[in-house]
Amino acid sequence: MSRETVRKIASPVLFIVAVLAIWEWLVWVYQLPDFRMASPSDLLPKFWQFRDLFLVKSWETLWRTVAGLGIAVVFGTLVGMIMGFSRVAREGLYPLLVGFNAIPKATVVPIVALIFVGQHDFNTILIAFMISFFPIAVSVSIGLSTLEPEYRDILRSLGASNFTIFWKIALPKTLPEFFGALKVAVTLAFIGTNLMEIVSPHGRGLGDLFDSGRINADYPLMFAVLFALAALGIFLFYIVVFLERIFAGWAERAPG
Amino acid sequence: MTSSSQIELREVTHAYRTAAGPLPVLDRLSLQMPKDSFTAVVGPSGCGKSTLTRLVSGLMRPNEGEVWLANQKVTSPRPTVGMAFQNPVLLEWRTILQNVMLPLEIIKSKMTKAEGLERAQHLLELVGLTGFEEKRPSELSGGMRQRASLCRSLIHRPEVLILDEPFGALDAFTREDLWCTMHDLREEEPFTCLLITHDLRESVFLADQVVVLSGRPAHAQYVLDVNIDGKRTLDDLYTPKAVEMLAVLRHQIQVAQGRASSPDEPLAEHAPAASAKEGIVQ
Repeated sequence: MSRETVRKIASPVLFIVAVLAIWEWLVWVYQLPDFRMASPSDLLPKFWQFRDLFLVKSWETLWRTVAGLGIAVVFGTLVGMIMGFSRVAREGLYPLLVGFNAIPKATVVPIVALIFVGQHDFNTILIAFMISFFPIAVSVSIGLSTLEPEYRDILRSLGASNFTIFWKIALPKTLPEFFGALKVAVTLAFIGTNLMEIVSPHGRGLGDLFDSGRINADYPLMFAVLFALAALGIFLFYIVVFLERIFAGWAERAPG
Repeated sequence: MTSSSQIELREVTHAYRTAAGPLPVLDRLSLQMPKDSFTAVVGPSGCGKSTLTRLVSGLMRPNEGEVWLANQKVTSPRPTVGMAFQNPVLLEWRTILQNVMLPLEIIKSKMTKAEGLERAQHLLELVGLTGFEEKRPSELSGGMRQRASLCRSLIHRPEVLILDEPFGALDAFTREDLWCTMHDLREEEPFTCLLITHDLRESVFLADQVVVLSGRPAHAQYVLDVNIDGKRTLDDLYTPKAVEMLAVLRHQIQVAQGRASSPDEPLAEHAPAASAKEGIVQ
């Protein structure tokens, strides 16, 4: 392993360990009881105690988040394309989108749960989608609408069709912005999934496990759920980073 | 209709629609450019020079008048034209070689892939970019990017090359280097070239004829025939003949800007007199 790789792995691990140590120390110094503040050392036993549940619930949360995110990517890209290419659509859709995005999704959860009563998976995916498509739509539309006219002219002067211009230039040029938005959308989608799982409990996902921890005043369990969520979030985030390297690696400049 | 001109503009009039009403940019502009000749167009800022390139390339159609390319009326873009702009607009996600070969992906060329590759490598060699084929545009300097952009505009063997201030953003030495490259390229394979520029020295060094456009709405105010014999070198810019041509052009620009008196008046013999005349007008 090169020094570079060692540093890349060691430095985040070191920082995480440091933060956990400070946390443990604070709980110990102030002698906080479990029902006020759990300490990191309480978490491992909890993970072990509920290991089957953690696996099942994590999977439920993960697949529904990814499904919602997938729909958000398709829908957000489509809306972004429409807004990027048509000024009328951009001017018309922006206030609508901003208004929709401004509605706290926690208030939408009970409504959705009422409309599609009993459709738990569908509802959860729907909220994950609703909360995460906005940054994708905006970034794609900005990427397309800010395409310098010379880029278009270079191909148009050769008689290229609009589709060719989109495929050869607009799409690849927008990829860095798209992936930037996707990183934001990943974490948002998790918030969406958990909102549904906690606000409208239906016995599924990590949100349900969190809720049972709350009902039983099991603080260490609640904190353990938060850690599991963070781990899932990091996992998905780095999948996006990996895809970005493959598809938009050219946008990354060599250091120095 | 036949004529010996490769590019011909006949009484071209064009106006842009703006919120404040129509903005006329070209007014009955007529120009002829013979086959394989080099025409430079100079004029005051905002006089419609870039509009001219968009009309000749077929990206726009004039309100009135006609643009002819090789005895065909221009109504839409055509693959016999190559274009390069001040911004080299290289695609960052492609290598230099892939950038140069982009036009071959768009037009139906008689060239096979191997021929295209060979030609791209040959052009890159001509402009001094051998060894940079696999680099990304972000790894190249401004001058090198503009060289690659020139190669791209020539890869499909266009009959007409349209250059919209391609050297405008480069430093003086790089610019002069690229002027010489232009001569090398034309020596290698002739093409008709239309260059838009702000640089009078550039126009005299590169062109067979220099057209001075009047202020907006523009017409051809003055046409200068550049006759420098043999292969041109940068030294040719410092001969009395070249200096005289530059002085004529400078005077014509000032007329176009409305800072000097009528273009029919003979040019002042030396510079102090010319500036004195300016003073009176202002």
